[in-house]
Amino acid sequence: MALLLGIVGATQSWNVSLAILNLCLISAVMSLGLNIQWGYAGLFNAGVMASTALGGLAAVLVSYSPVGEAWAVGGLDTGLAFITLVSTVLGAWLIRKKVPEGSIRRVIFFVWLLGGYALLRHFYEQASLSIEAVDPAQTGFLGGLGLPILISWIAGGATAAGLAWVVGRVALGLRSDYFAIATLGISEIMISILKNEDWLTRGVKNVTGLERPVPYEVDLQQSQWFIDLVIRLHSADPNQVSEEFFQEMVMSASGVFVKLCYSGFFLTVLLVILGLAALALNSPWGRMMRAIRDNEIAAAAMGKDVTNRHRQVFILGSAVIGVAGAMLTTLDGQFTPGSYIPLRFTFLIWVMVIIGGSGNNLGAVLGAFITWFTWIEAEPVALWLVENLNSFLSEQNPLRQHFINVAPHLRMVVMGLIMILVLRFRPAGILPEKNTNRTD
Amino acid sequence: MDSLNAIVLLSNYVFIPSLVYGSQLALGALGVTIVFGIMRFANFAHGEMMSFATVSTIFITWWFQSIGFTTGILPTALLALPFGILITGLLVWAIERSVFSYYRQRKSKPVIFVIASVGVMFMLNGVVRLFIGTDEIIFMDGLKFLIKAGEFKKWSGLKEGLALKQTQVLTVLLAILAVSWLFWFLQKTKMGKAMRAFSDNEDLALLSGVDPEKVVRTTWFISAVLITLAGVLYGLDKSYKPLIYFHLLLPIFAAAIVGGIGQPLGAILGGYIVAFSEVTTTYAFKKFLRYLGPEGWSPEGLVQLLSTEYKFAVSFLILVLVLLIRPTGLFKGRVL
Amino acid sequence: MSYLLGENLIGGYGTGDILKGCTISAAPGEISVVVGPNGAGKSTAMKALLGMLKVLKGKVMLAGQDITNMSPQQRVQLGMAFVPQTNNVFSSMTVEENLELGAYVRTEDYSDTMSQVYELFPVLKEKRFQPAGELSGGQRQQVAVGRALMTKPSVLMLDEPTAGVSPIVMDELFERIIEVKQTGIAILMVEQNARQALTIADKGFVLVTGQNRFTDSGQVLLANEEVRRSFLGG
Repeated sequence: MALLLGIVGATQSWNVSLAILNLCLISAVMSLGLNIQWGYAGLFNAGVMASTALGGLAAVLVSYSPVGEAWAVGGLDTGLAFITLVSTVLGAWLIRKKVPEGSIRRVIFFVWLLGGYALLRHFYEQASLSIEAVDPAQTGFLGGLGLPILISWIAGGATAAGLAWVVGRVALGLRSDYFAIATLGISEIMISILKNEDWLTRGVKNVTGLERPVPYEVDLQQSQWFIDLVIRLHSADPNQVSEEFFQEMVMSASGVFVKLCYSGFFLTVLLVILGLAALALNSPWGRMMRAIRDNEIAAAAMGKDVTNRHRQVFILGSAVIGVAGAMLTTLDGQFTPGSYIPLRFTFLIWVMVIIGGSGNNLGAVLGAFITWFTWIEAEPVALWLVENLNSFLSEQNPLRQHFINVAPHLRMVVMGLIMILVLRFRPAGILPEKNTNRTD
Repeated sequence: MDSLNAIVLLSNYVFIPSLVYGSQLALGALGVTIVFGIMRFANFAHGEMMSFATVSTIFITWWFQSIGFTTGILPTALLALPFGILITGLLVWAIERSVFSYYRQRKSKPVIFVIASVGVMFMLNGVVRLFIGTDEIIFMDGLKFLIKAGEFKKWSGLKEGLALKQTQVLTVLLAILAVSWLFWFLQKTKMGKAMRAFSDNEDLALLSGVDPEKVVRTTWFISAVLITLAGVLYGLDKSYKPLIYFHLLLPIFAAAIVGGIGQPLGAILGGYIVAFSEVTTTYAFKKFLRYLGPEGWSPEGLVQLLSTEYKFAVSFLILVLVLLIRPTGLFKGRVL
Repeated sequence: MSYLLGENLIGGYGTGDILKGCTISAAPGEISVVVGPNGAGKSTAMKALLGMLKVLKGKVMLAGQDITNMSPQQRVQLGMAFVPQTNNVFSSMTVEENLELGAYVRTEDYSDTMSQVYELFPVLKEKRFQPAGELSGGQRQQVAVGRALMTKPSVLMLDEPTAGVSPIVMDELFERIIEVKQTGIAILMVEQNARQALTIADKGFVLVTGQNRFTDSGQVLLANEEVRRSFLGG
């Protein structure tokens, strides 16, 4: 893998190579999270994207500075809407608890919910309208807490875990393909909320310019210590090369330096989570999880609370994915709800886990690296192929342009093909799970 | 007069669109349900298969148009439909032979089939875009409206117009035709009964001498017919866009599960339930209430339960409710 | 002469053999009953005869033809019919459809067979348009037997047909099975209710740990002191 990244570094550029590496690291964290759910417990989570996106949202809400004006105009209504929501839910719960079952309860319950919803919509509409009216080109949302973005990595995990808890209550206990469909649906809803609740997320207007945990390239390029470093590393005399060439050198070096900083952060997180996951897998808890996965009925018969265990695993895995989601938004420096599509953020992670080896943590990491590398590099390779094929076609041929336009989609075909082939010929993945008697 | 206006308004914006969309979903859900009934897995590639079927039909349509093989009134795609079905049938059969049959022989768990279908989904997603790109394509030709809103207003003297597109009528007609044929097939023919038996009790069907390969082959072919119909009718009525077809997977699954997965009747009912709920919850009833209320009165706000952006969320909410209250669906699921 | 014969059968499900050289046979117009304690391999032996289990040693003969290596479907075509112990009807389909599916492999007109089955089980004719899943346990067993008879089999194999039905229903079922036998079909059944089954048996096989312990006519076995003590509860 290192070799492949090296080749990219040498042939394309080290900046590209490191960009791929960073996303490989983030993907590895995601695929570890999914591996906890699928590999440890056999949960078919088709809603990976929801955790990722929530992690991203957490990054915004933690790091963005609060928009005072928006709070001033919409804060009261937001608060009222929130209070209405909480009291409606609480009231509903009380009605279910206190009123004896029967048609009366059903009527009260229904009327209560309807009333609550109407009131909620009233406050909510006022709040969102006034908030979204505040300087819509720049803000138009409530903003965040203005804390360091690194905190959001933990917050992202926590938010995703919270959603997983709710989803788990609804969907766990369903048979595997229903669970898959339910989670897929929930993730789609999450994304449409993020896209449309502008007061919270700016929606499709995106939140850009998030704070960075690492220095900016421009600052680096002007720091004397960095320029000295570049000179020392290249053992070059700035006086011997042309001014422009030196400038370019510093610029590319600054890019590399920033990416390396990110890599350091991501690698740390990956190693910590990998370590924890390995510990968990080999603990009595991990053994029990695998026992449940391999024979749910027997485990239930032995008195294990299967649904409860599944909930734990589902929450844990989602939290890990949430952390990765926050990391991704941090790396991008922006939050773009429109970019979350299931193929990229749910099913691609599935490809990683399947290829790497379900149940094997190192396998999940390896799978993530291979998959992401292929995903990115399939495009230049496809374009190169198309160029060569096109040498048969004349410049004016419309087919030529068509091929160039659609070449990127080849990677979908490649991914699908790899997934199908691995599933067929190496169903345990590249690094199979150790010492189990799993039979599929 | 006002109540008439209200009725026309509702028909035009809620009833007819829901009926049409519901028919399209029902055809899609029937395809999912029939595959589930026989092979016991939820086919995640269904949306992409619909997309592929539509694209192949579009190509045939373009070819027909280029050689002038059109009727002028009916959409050319209708002529291309049989060929689309054929191509889709071949594709689905190739997928069955190369991917799914292996796991069936090994009696793999359903979830393995689902993962394999995700792989297929990826591949088809790429293949479709390789052929046709990602742009929106409108391939409807021929007569657009059977009733135009303006003419209706003139004829009836009402304030509200009623428009009826040819594709809407075609969708409902073809859906009725396909569904009646399917039910006749399942209830009356030897092969249909064998399929129902296979879905009900696979081992006993084998003991009775039912050939599993033949059942599977027939199932895929029927699903190819339904897939092509659903895809092409949706595309004719709205337009073709690859991403939309992926998103159709969710309401289709919802329809199949709401009705009781594996139950054809349930799939149809589910399709209409999902479609009507999607349209009614996102329709703003302001104008409708204004007609019904006292003169000069107008309700505050749009009187809309959910904003239109949450259309897809509605199908999912129904799904969750059904899963919570009655996980087997309205008709007890699991058999054809 | 036995029509269906499984000779010196050895086989099992992978981990150790369950059948250790047992021999079972059935002849036209006769009822053969296989009894024995739990785990003796009764049902396994029947599956071996049907080809649902790999036979490592020994052979299966049908009408003088070696069918050891045939698939269950092929054996069905040759005239073997099997009624499983559980899940033996298509519960979502009507009684009549169940019978039709029994005749799935037949290309000729089978309406006479169907009227024969209805004659044999009059209650089925009454409920012919009801889904089989809505019938009582005993009626469902009749549907199951009826479905098996629709192939016009030469051998009818029943796996514990009376499991879970009341004694009255059991007697009625046995009566029906005797009637079936009188049409000249060879019947082979595995039974838990050993005493009652042996009373109608022309031939009885007492299996213990995959081997024949006793093989004789039903009457002789019932009279045998040791059989009664060990297997019939006194």
